[in-house]
Amino acid sequence: MTPLIEKPLTKNMRPDGSVVDRKAYEQAGGYQAVRKVVQHGMTSNAVTDAVKDANLRGRGGAGFPTAKKWSFVPLGKDAPSPTYLICNADEMEPGTFKDRLLLERDPHQLIEGMIISGFAIEADVAYIFLRGEYVLAAERLLRAIAEAYDAHYLGKNILGSDYSLELHLHLSGGRYMCGEETGLLNALEGKRANPRSKPPFPPVVGLFGKPTVVNNVETLCCVPHIINHGAAWFRALGRTQDAGTKLFGASGKVKRPGLWELPMGTTIREILEEHAGGMRDGVTFRGLLPGGASTDFVTKEHLDTPMDYSAMATIGSRMGTGTMIVLDDQTCPVGMTWNLMHFFAQESCGWCTPCWSGLGWVERILKSMEEGQGKPGDLDKLTSQANMWGPGATFCALAPGAAEPLHSALKCFRDDFERHIREKRCPWR
Amino acid sequence: MLSPEEISEIEAEAAHYPRRDAVCIDAMRIVQRHRGWVSDESLHDIAAHLGMSVTDLDSVATFYNLIFRRPVGRHVIMICDSVSCWMMGYDRMREHLGMRLGIGLGDTTSDNRFTLLPIVCLGCCDRAPAMMVDDDLHSGLDPQKIDRALETYT
Repeated sequence: MTPLIEKPLTKNMRPDGSVVDRKAYEQAGGYQAVRKVVQHGMTSNAVTDAVKDANLRGRGGAGFPTAKKWSFVPLGKDAPSPTYLICNADEMEPGTFKDRLLLERDPHQLIEGMIISGFAIEADVAYIFLRGEYVLAAERLLRAIAEAYDAHYLGKNILGSDYSLELHLHLSGGRYMCGEETGLLNALEGKRANPRSKPPFPPVVGLFGKPTVVNNVETLCCVPHIINHGAAWFRALGRTQDAGTKLFGASGKVKRPGLWELPMGTTIREILEEHAGGMRDGVTFRGLLPGGASTDFVTKEHLDTPMDYSAMATIGSRMGTGTMIVLDDQTCPVGMTWNLMHFFAQESCGWCTPCWSGLGWVERILKSMEEGQGKPGDLDKLTSQANMWGPGATFCALAPGAAEPLHSALKCFRDDFERHIREKRCPWR
Repeated sequence: MLSPEEISEIEAEAAHYPRRDAVCIDAMRIVQRHRGWVSDESLHDIAAHLGMSVTDLDSVATFYNLIFRRPVGRHVIMICDSVSCWMMGYDRMREHLGMRLGIGLGDTTSDNRFTLLPIVCLGCCDRAPAMMVDDDLHSGLDPQKIDRALETYT
């Protein structure tokens, strides 16, 4: 089957950066999927099945199958009430700038995705959890939500159907931990964003103790297109076994940093060389973090790997958020690792010892290496710390996420680390 | 005392949650928007309004970096120190801002015009380095661009 639309997520976006309002969104075929679901007798299970058949996986970084997450929510008259749907729009993973585009430029696409996803899990109330710094996105979302209420896409008895959904925007008070699923739930309850012990998992016991699904912005934006064009179409968009398109990006010293909607499974090389234009003149490629700060470095022998969930795992990394951070030869890999560890140490919520203690220690070691105070044995300390961060050693994925760039930097750039200690200086300064 | 305007904004947000204390972060953000920061007095007033203990509320306030428990200048500069901006010249931008304003990170200028704070990734890595001044995002920074931007905040 030939894809009908190659770039469903960005097809409405305007080159001038202005927002697609409700009228323009409807004219482009928007809200047809909501009509199909609420007015033409689809059941919640049928919606979940379509998303399952489409093989939609979470675009926030972890890649959990979306329909599977939904399927844990108790449905029917005896289910606990209310059920909540939350859009995780707390885009704070360093190097990640993909959800901003979806939120600022086509907010109705997200709202439509939330209505249909809410319908699938029989949600009564939905929240968009938006990071506080996304001021333009907040303005545009508030306007779009009001427009959607006016047209009865939200509120009581959507388009005259039996389905009702309230949608609210929450602006975060800050902190990376709010992007962690259970930290987000605590933040939305007005608490510190510490993670929660699992199980129970949020689809069973979530926000205010009620069933709750938390999905990423990009994930939710895929849903209307799956309903409109079918699971087979969505699967065919991907080049590999993983389905759909993906927003891929590149930052660092490449010729054309940017963001592109491309088939899932596009190779790293194609993104880096064709879309980002390769390295700037005068600098050489050394490696990259494929999908945000908490993914493992990959180097040039892996550039022909398809960016998807499974192929990236086979080379010991992750697709993560799909927005790559490119390291060049003029930038110190130890300095870069220090910057990353500074971020994770600062953003640790202090709940688990390996995280609050270990990250701070590692940050201090890296700082001392950069300042010419590195000592023999430091690399062993770094390795043993990274080994203590899990997974499984902490309540959430922050420290295990930090271990990924640290472990891989020690492997990929070992000579550079050793040189810092041997020469008692940073060779890049 | 919370102003009638603050109370009405807080109540509008509180209607979105099944529990009153859930709105406390929104409430502090609302008060901060009106007053620039959350003073001890404001903290007491918000806690009383929401039926929370002051210490509970302060434990929440101090967790979140966008809630200011110390006074700030008329304009708050938040400069991104995360990885993409760091690679693209964060250190030079911070040094320039520091020299230009005569302050370091966390400080406020003596004329109370600017407070300079670090911030994590602002999500515009393709246009690094970046900073926010109040609600405005400034990207693709260089020292000249910073100077021109600062002039517009009086």
